[in-house]
Amino acid sequence: MLKIDVEACIGCGLCEDTCTFGAIKVEDSVAVVGETCTLCGSCVDVCEVGALSIDTVEKNVPDELKDWAGVWIYAEYRDARIAPVAFELLGAGRKLADQLGVPLSAVLLGSALGESAEALIAHGADQVYRVDDPALANFTDDAYANVFEDLIREHQPEIVLAGATAIGRSFIPRLATMLATGLTADCTDLAIRAEDGALLQTRPAFGGNIMATIECPTTRPQMATVRPLVMKPNSHDGSRQGEIIDFTPDPARLQSRVRVLRSVREESDEVNINEADVLVAGGRGLESEKGFEMVRELAGLLGGATAASRAAVDSGWIPYPHQVGQTGKTVCPKVYFACGISGAVQHMVGMQSSDTIIAINRDENAPIFQVATYGMVGDLFEILPKLIERIRESRTGEAGNR
Amino acid sequence: MKIIVCVKQVPDAKDVRLDPKTNTLSREGVESIMNPFDRHALEAAVVLKEQYCGTVTAITMGPPQAEETLRDAVACGADHGVLVSDRAFAGADTWATSYTLAKAIEKLGEFDLIICGKQAIDGDTAQVGPGLAQRLDIPYVAYARKITECVDGTIRLERLMDDGYDEIEMEMPALMTVVKEINEPRVPSLKGKMKAKKMQATVLSAADIGAAPELLGLQGSNTQVVKVFSPHFSADKCMLAGTTDEMVDQLLAKLDKLL
Repeated sequence: MLKIDVEACIGCGLCEDTCTFGAIKVEDSVAVVGETCTLCGSCVDVCEVGALSIDTVEKNVPDELKDWAGVWIYAEYRDARIAPVAFELLGAGRKLADQLGVPLSAVLLGSALGESAEALIAHGADQVYRVDDPALANFTDDAYANVFEDLIREHQPEIVLAGATAIGRSFIPRLATMLATGLTADCTDLAIRAEDGALLQTRPAFGGNIMATIECPTTRPQMATVRPLVMKPNSHDGSRQGEIIDFTPDPARLQSRVRVLRSVREESDEVNINEADVLVAGGRGLESEKGFEMVRELAGLLGGATAASRAAVDSGWIPYPHQVGQTGKTVCPKVYFACGISGAVQHMVGMQSSDTIIAINRDENAPIFQVATYGMVGDLFEILPKLIERIRESRTGEAGNR
Repeated sequence: MKIIVCVKQVPDAKDVRLDPKTNTLSREGVESIMNPFDRHALEAAVVLKEQYCGTVTAITMGPPQAEETLRDAVACGADHGVLVSDRAFAGADTWATSYTLAKAIEKLGEFDLIICGKQAIDGDTAQVGPGLAQRLDIPYVAYARKITECVDGTIRLERLMDDGYDEIEMEMPALMTVVKEINEPRVPSLKGKMKAKKMQATVLSAADIGAAPELLGLQGSNTQVVKVFSPHFSADKCMLAGTTDEMVDQLLAKLDKLL
């Protein structure tokens, strides 16, 4: 539990301000911890007089941990296509593997996998463990986790990374539980600690309001899901050499108690807002469905996708899969336009890690401007049409020059 | 049909504000609420109960005041609340949490379906649901957006994927996590509120569920927090000024460099 050294505590209240769970309060000039403490440690770090500490249970690090070696990434395959995040994982995994001096391997599960294994090698994998079986044509949690578990137990990698996609976030936790090891969700940064080679996994917590660095000290593999679009992929190099290892699982392990009856793709090209480089998002300030059309138009012109705040989704201007924020999706495109979005914290936590944020709002005090790279105070119904018109003009100009 | 809904008490993000000067979180007056996704899980369970008869038990792991969330669940249609609470649970990561909940659910006896929200808004990990399914060795589907029917020990549903949806059939007992698209949670009825007032939650301690102490809380966690810090926000903030035309010009120049 959290220990408070009442002699050292000066009652400054820094811990109280820091606690996301409202668990620590200063009463009579001394910090007091309540029942809601989750032992996250943020107060310990912030205390300037060292009055706070957490009793850590010293666990023995089992000897057999050193038998686990190699960095693995899960190469998600669906609809005859490797998910883009797999290449990003190869980019991140390559750095980790080189630092550790171990091979980088990709795990490819699915049916009719074609030349995918070769593509993974060209993007940085030294080895590809391939399981090509009709039973894996549709994604089911138990069959995918079973096969993956068998591969991990046989080859004992020290690190296993997967994309924080619908599929990754669905079955990787089940896999980690099977392996009785730790898993960190939605990482945005991965690093190797030089002293002992431990994987340091950094992720946003409390909807992105605090960042936490996590380790997995006593069990292997060290597992993490990684947010799409955060890591840089390696470039394609067709001359790279690698080994493809086909694995034939025990048929019993491919059986699932879940049947996929039908898999439906929603044709809207922009539903997966996690993968877009440019997102144009609209909120309440657009006032109507008609107003929201401007957002769609701008997104189309910029080759981006359309996103929305909860207010716009609740108004029925755009369906839920486009919602960004705490109860929607977390995105980090290269450019994020926030049009008529005031910037409720629930929205901001879903987009604040975007590379560049452009905010347009009538209210100069709107919180969105605190996270905006470029802010414009003004009337959306003047600015957006003008912007759209100017981009159009420049396009036709270019076309005319060709 | 016996349905268990896992709920979590979380700080209400609606009350959380970013302090514009320090860019830190201001939590003044923040209330605890039921995790919003769990509200949809509860509603899904209550709708199933209304369609197929049965009971809905809300279970939560947390400090004693998490009982409020169980009361809230009963007000919205749950029949009973179970509070799994012990000092020994503090500091649990998702691995230790799924262990604790699994032990408690085993203690409660047979069930047909467990429904969880897709994730909690404080941790955002989305790991406890799948971990719990694995520990109980039952089939599991994440991101249910629609329950079609429930017949002869199987449940049919739609699972939301990144690029569309899958129609799924799953044998019960089973576990699913739900997205908010699945329903519109009801507000508590007067009758529900009365029932909530009278509700006596079943309280289970570590000893009650027969949990191994070394697998609980901070000690039972496979992951450890190395450090916690504030995210840095964009350093080069720039407000564009001038007439609409001038602002659009400046923005286009910036965009040219970015895209």
